[in-house]
Amino acid sequence: MKRLIRESAAIVEVELIKLVRDPTEIISRAVQPVLWLVVFGQVLAQVRGIHTGQLSYLAFITPGILAQSVLFSAIFYGIAVIWERDLGVVHKLLVSPARRTSLVFGKAVAAGFRGLVQAVVIYLIALAMHVSLRLDPLAIFAVLASVMLGSGIFATFSLIIACIVKTRERFMGIGQLLTMPMFFASNAIYPLDIMPGWLRVVAQINPLTYLIDALRGLMISGGESVHGYAVDFSVMLAVFVALLSVAVRLYPTLAE
Amino acid sequence: MNTAASDKFAIRTSALTRRFGNLTAADAIELRIPYGEIFGLLGANGAGKSTLIKMLTTLLSPTSGSAEVGGFDIIKSPGEVRRRIGYVSQLVSADGALTGYENLRLSAKLYGLPATERGERIAGALEFMGLADTAHRLVKTYSGGMIRRLELAQAMLHRPAILFLDEPTIGLDPVARRLVWDRLLNLRHDYGMTVLITTHDMEEAETLSDELAILHAGRISVVGKPAELRAGLGAEATMDDVFIHYAGGLIHESGTFSEVARNRRTAQRLG
Repeated sequence: MKRLIRESAAIVEVELIKLVRDPTEIISRAVQPVLWLVVFGQVLAQVRGIHTGQLSYLAFITPGILAQSVLFSAIFYGIAVIWERDLGVVHKLLVSPARRTSLVFGKAVAAGFRGLVQAVVIYLIALAMHVSLRLDPLAIFAVLASVMLGSGIFATFSLIIACIVKTRERFMGIGQLLTMPMFFASNAIYPLDIMPGWLRVVAQINPLTYLIDALRGLMISGGESVHGYAVDFSVMLAVFVALLSVAVRLYPTLAE
Repeated sequence: MNTAASDKFAIRTSALTRRFGNLTAADAIELRIPYGEIFGLLGANGAGKSTLIKMLTTLLSPTSGSAEVGGFDIIKSPGEVRRRIGYVSQLVSADGALTGYENLRLSAKLYGLPATERGERIAGALEFMGLADTAHRLVKTYSGGMIRRLELAQAMLHRPAILFLDEPTIGLDPVARRLVWDRLLNLRHDYGMTVLITTHDMEEAETLSDELAILHAGRISVVGKPAELRAGLGAEATMDDVFIHYAGGLIHESGTFSEVARNRRTAQRLG
């Protein structure tokens, strides 16, 4: 366990150094949630066409937009992995005695830290737009933990895709293909109970739904988790562990 | 140094084979490389050099046959093999977004060097490779020769028994190439490392190698000392003649599209 932490921390450290040194990507990714909340959220809030219970529409979609930012940021993490493969960095990592689990877990945690930046951005926008947020430390800590876990899930999923397709061109196509359906087949911008039956089934097996459900309860005053936090976190942890075990098996194939 | 085996051979392969579909990239390779030797592996693009190195460094599983590196089986004990080897890929594997020092610190951590020793080892490796003054510059500002020396520093940091170098001087100018050669010879002299080096450069092969093998179409055509191989073809024979005789043609006529593209990318990044 100590070894796993030490090796993963080494991977996280270099990823964070690179992130701090060149935050362009993170800053550019912050533009999208601004548009969703400020434009889409405000316009739809005027329509009042979607019943969101006691929450305002803007409050309802704020956790959804945070989850979307996490998804969109993490799902393209595989591009960086393919880039590292083309540069030979992956070969260097895989020839080291570091465990494959540490290398993949380190990448997932590093993606989690990127997700935290998105969370800070969304909090700031939401506060500026007078969304009623839960600001107690425990709730904020739980939100950040959820974001880390969600980022880890989608970054690991992305790494698996990268291991399968192995080229940036193919990855871009698949990445685009996955993100929007995952977003729309979730409870991000409308509740599950207004979805048609078939879409509700898809949403129930979409891990993004559980991330949003947890965030809605933890982030918004008066918000609640429909599934319950135990279910939300159990599902996310189980998906993460399953994806991690697949990624650990596939990651070495990048150097073949 | 990180040695383990009582066996006198650092690398020993037995009928080591790798197939990709119908293509046999490495075909029943038999090699015996003693500890402390610099062993050259020559062959045209696509001859199987990189496939062989990937198998010996545990990056690729063999289809059949076996190999021991540093006294450990590459299939049964890949972790033990990895502890005992250093590797410089044909690709440029140093991270340009990090400084030289940060690249080395990452290697030190992944190889499990104790925190108390890391600073000293890194400083020693930087000094040895002539990079002490530029350690805190981003690698993307390094010259091609400096990048290769940094990669050598990363590969030697944990004092491996065996170094694998896959075309380490590709894309370097003659001065930078000479500097890399000097460091390699020093590594062998100072630390007794065994070095397996692949190259297309006949001068490099002759200058560095105690012994070399020429691969052709996945098979070993010949193994011997450079001088003996030349003598075998006549008094006037050069290493180019040896290569052409045993590799089945001119180097420049071979290679797939992706191999040529990869080599050019590497040369471009180092140039």
